[in-house]
Amino acid sequence: MTAAPYERAARLSWPRVVFVGLVAAFAVLTIPTLVDKHSWTGVAISVAVTAILAYVYLTPKRIAARFLVPGTILLLAFQVYPVAYTITTAFTNYGDGHRLSQSQAVAQIEADSVLEQPGAQRYELSVATKTTDTSGAFVFFLTDPNGKVERGDASGLTPVPDSQVTKDQFTGKVTTAAGWHILTGIQVNGLGQRLSTFAVPTSGGFIKSVGLSEAYIGQFTMKYDAAAHTMTDTRTSTVYKASGGEFKAADGSGKTLPIGWKVGVGFKNFTSVLTDAAIRGPFLRVLIWTIAFAVLSVLTTFALGLLLAVVMDHPRMRGRKLYSSLLLLPYAMPAFITTLVWSSMYNKDFGLLNKLFGTHIDWLGSPWAARGSVLLTNLWLGFPYMFLVCAGLLQAVPQELKEVARVDGASAVRVFRSVTMPTVLIGAMPLLIASFGYNFNNFNLIRLLTDGGPYPSGSSTAGDTDILISYTYRLAFGGQGAQYGLASAISFLIFVLVGLITYGGFRQTRQLEEVYAR
Amino acid sequence: MREHLWWRHLIGLAALVFALVPILFLISAALNPIGTLSTTSLLPSGASFSNFSKLFHDPNSPYVRWYVNTLVICGVSAVLNVLIGVSGAYAFSRLRFRGRRPGLTGIMLVQMFPNFISLTALYLTFISIGGVLPAFGLNTSLGLILVYLGGAMGVNTWLLKGYLDTIPKELDESARIDGATETQVFFKVVLPLARPMLVVVGLFSFVSFLNEILLAGVFLTDTTHKTLAVGLYGLVSGNHNTDYGEFAAGSLLAGIPVVLIYLYLQKYLVKGLTAGAVKG
Repeated sequence: MTAAPYERAARLSWPRVVFVGLVAAFAVLTIPTLVDKHSWTGVAISVAVTAILAYVYLTPKRIAARFLVPGTILLLAFQVYPVAYTITTAFTNYGDGHRLSQSQAVAQIEADSVLEQPGAQRYELSVATKTTDTSGAFVFFLTDPNGKVERGDASGLTPVPDSQVTKDQFTGKVTTAAGWHILTGIQVNGLGQRLSTFAVPTSGGFIKSVGLSEAYIGQFTMKYDAAAHTMTDTRTSTVYKASGGEFKAADGSGKTLPIGWKVGVGFKNFTSVLTDAAIRGPFLRVLIWTIAFAVLSVLTTFALGLLLAVVMDHPRMRGRKLYSSLLLLPYAMPAFITTLVWSSMYNKDFGLLNKLFGTHIDWLGSPWAARGSVLLTNLWLGFPYMFLVCAGLLQAVPQELKEVARVDGASAVRVFRSVTMPTVLIGAMPLLIASFGYNFNNFNLIRLLTDGGPYPSGSSTAGDTDILISYTYRLAFGGQGAQYGLASAISFLIFVLVGLITYGGFRQTRQLEEVYAR
Repeated sequence: MREHLWWRHLIGLAALVFALVPILFLISAALNPIGTLSTTSLLPSGASFSNFSKLFHDPNSPYVRWYVNTLVICGVSAVLNVLIGVSGAYAFSRLRFRGRRPGLTGIMLVQMFPNFISLTALYLTFISIGGVLPAFGLNTSLGLILVYLGGAMGVNTWLLKGYLDTIPKELDESARIDGATETQVFFKVVLPLARPMLVVVGLFSFVSFLNEILLAGVFLTDTTHKTLAVGLYGLVSGNHNTDYGEFAAGSLLAGIPVVLIYLYLQKYLVKGLTAGAVKG
C-alpha cells in the first residue's frame, strides 16, 4: 500500500482486465447465435453492455461507476424494463382474446374459418422442415387419393416427383423426402397453434391439416377486406367492422368475433376502476380490506412484540435467553412452510384447531372467520420480529431518565407512557412503516393460506380475504379471462398508493425526530 | 419492596404456547407413521421415520434434487446479492458523483412496484434469452438467479448504506492517504468492518429467496428443477390429506438448518433488524 499516487492512476489491476475480458469473450461467443436468429436487439444489448463495462473498468476515471454498474445493469434489465413494459400495457386491452396484433388476428380468424368442402378429397399429410430445428417454417407433403405427391407452403402447391420421396405402402403418406426432415407425430403436435393456423392456398380454396396426418381442401368462410377494415362472414353475409381491438357486427346486434387484438385504450383501464360498477365494487372492497389487514397486522404484531419485550425487560427475570430463543422460532422457520402448516391447522374436518378445541368451525370458509384467521396467522409470523426490535429499542431507553421520573413520584405506568414509549416509538416508526408496506403487498400469506377465499356468491375474481396484490394476480393470470391490461393499471395504482404512504410516513417520522430533538 | 415476577413468566409461557404449537404440530406430523393430515395431532401418536424414507424414495418428489437446487439458487443469489448491494452502498456512502441523490430515490421507487406483475415481461424476456443461451432460459437455475439479482441494488443497498455511514470515514481516509486504491479501501477496510451487517443481509436474502414461490413457480416447471418451496407446495396444494406426512418431513428438514443459523446469529439479527431490515 505504498505505491505513489501517479502509479495508482496509471495502473490497471488484473482482476478488472480479466473481468472485462470474460465479458467480451462471452459476447463474442453469443453474437453469432444472435445474428443467426436475427435478434438485432440482442446484438445491440451485448455490444452496449460490453462497451460500457470496458469503458468503466478499463479507464481510470469512472470510480463510482465501477461500484454501481453491475447492479444497475441487472436492475435495468430485470426490474426497470419489466416495470416499464407493464406500465405501457396498462394503457392497452392486452389479455385473453386480445393477445395478438391485428394482422395476426385477421390471419387467425380467416384460418379458423376454413370449412371443408362437402365431398372433397382428403390428403395424407406429412409435415416437414428444412433443418432439424422445428421452430422455423414448415411445409406440407400431401399425397392425394391417387398417390400423387405435392408439396404445399404458404405460397401454394408444387408437384413432387415420386423419385424424391418414399411413401408408406398402405396409406401413401410421405415418410422420407430428399432435402427435408419429416417431423414425428410428437413434433407435429408440438407445432400447436402454428399448425392450426397454417393454410396452403390452392386454386379452389385452402388446404388445412386435420389431426396430425390428414389434410383437406376447404374454403374461407370469413373474408377480410383490408381497405374497409371489415370481416365478412360469407355464409350469413354478416359484416363485422374493426373497432376497439375487435370485430363488431355492423348490423347492430352487438355480436363480436372471439379473436381480437391488442390496441391502446388510453386511460380506460384506470377510469374503469373508478366508474365501472362491476370492477369498482370488488376493487373498493379489496382496497378497504387491504388497508385494514396491513394496519391491523402492524398493530397486533407490534402490540404483542412490545408487551413481551416489556415483560422480559426486567433485570431479575430468569430464562430470558431461553424465552427469546424459543420466541424466535416462528420467525426463523421459513414462512412458506409455516403458512402452509397454519392453512392445514384451519382445516374444517381434519385441522388441529378444531380437534384441540372440539369445535367444528369452518375457519377459512366464512368471511369474518377467514379474515380473523389471516390476521392470527400473520400475528404468529410477525410478532417475534417486533419482539426482537422492541427488545433492542428498550435497551436504548436512557435509564437515568426513568430513574429521575421515578424519583419525581411518577408511577410505573406513567414512566412507561412518558419516557419508554416515546423512545421506542421513534426508533420503531420507520420499521412500522416498512412493515405496513410489506404487509400491504404480502402476497405469499394470502396465496398460501386462503388463496383469497372464501368467495362471495357471484364473484369469482375477488375473494373476502383477497388483498390488492393477490386480487391483481388473479386478474392477470387467473384461469378465467386474463385481463392483463387492467391488472397492470391496478398494479400501477398500488405502486402509487404504497409510494405515497411510505413517502408520507418517512416524512412524518423525520418530523417526529425533530420534535424529540428540541 | 420486592417485585413479583410470576406474572411475567405467565405471559411469557402463554406466548411460548402460541409460538410453539404449530411447530410441535409440524414435528408430530413428520413423525406420524400414517402420514395423512386426518391422523395428525399435536403430540405424535408414534414415532416413525416412514415419512422421511417415503420422501427420499418418492420418484414424484425428488427431494434431494430440490434441496440441492434450493441451496445453489439461494446461496449463489444471496452471496451475489450482498456483494452487489454493498458495492452500491459503498458508492452511495463514500463517493460523491453526479446523480447520487436521484439514484438513491430511484432505487427505492422501483422496489415499490408490485414486481409480480412484471412476470409476463420477464417470462417473454427469458423465452428469448433461452432461445440464444439455453443455459439461462426458463427452467434453469441460472435464469432464476439472474432475475433474483435484478433486485440486488434495492432495499439492501439502502440498508447497507445506512450501516456504512456509521463506520467512521477517517478509517478509509487514512488508508487512502497510505496509497490504497478505491478498490483496496472497499475490500480491505470497509468490507471487513461491515461484516456483521453483511452476514445479516445475506441471511435475510437467502431466506427471502427460500420463501419465494411466485417467480420460482413460473420459471421452474420441471420436477427436477424445482426448489423446495415450489416442490413442497406442490405436495400439499393438490391433495391436502394423503401427502401430508411427506410435506411435514420435508419441511422440517428444510426449516431446521435455517432455524439453527438464526439462533446462532441471534445477536447480529437484532442489530440488523433495528437498522431497518424487514423480515425475509
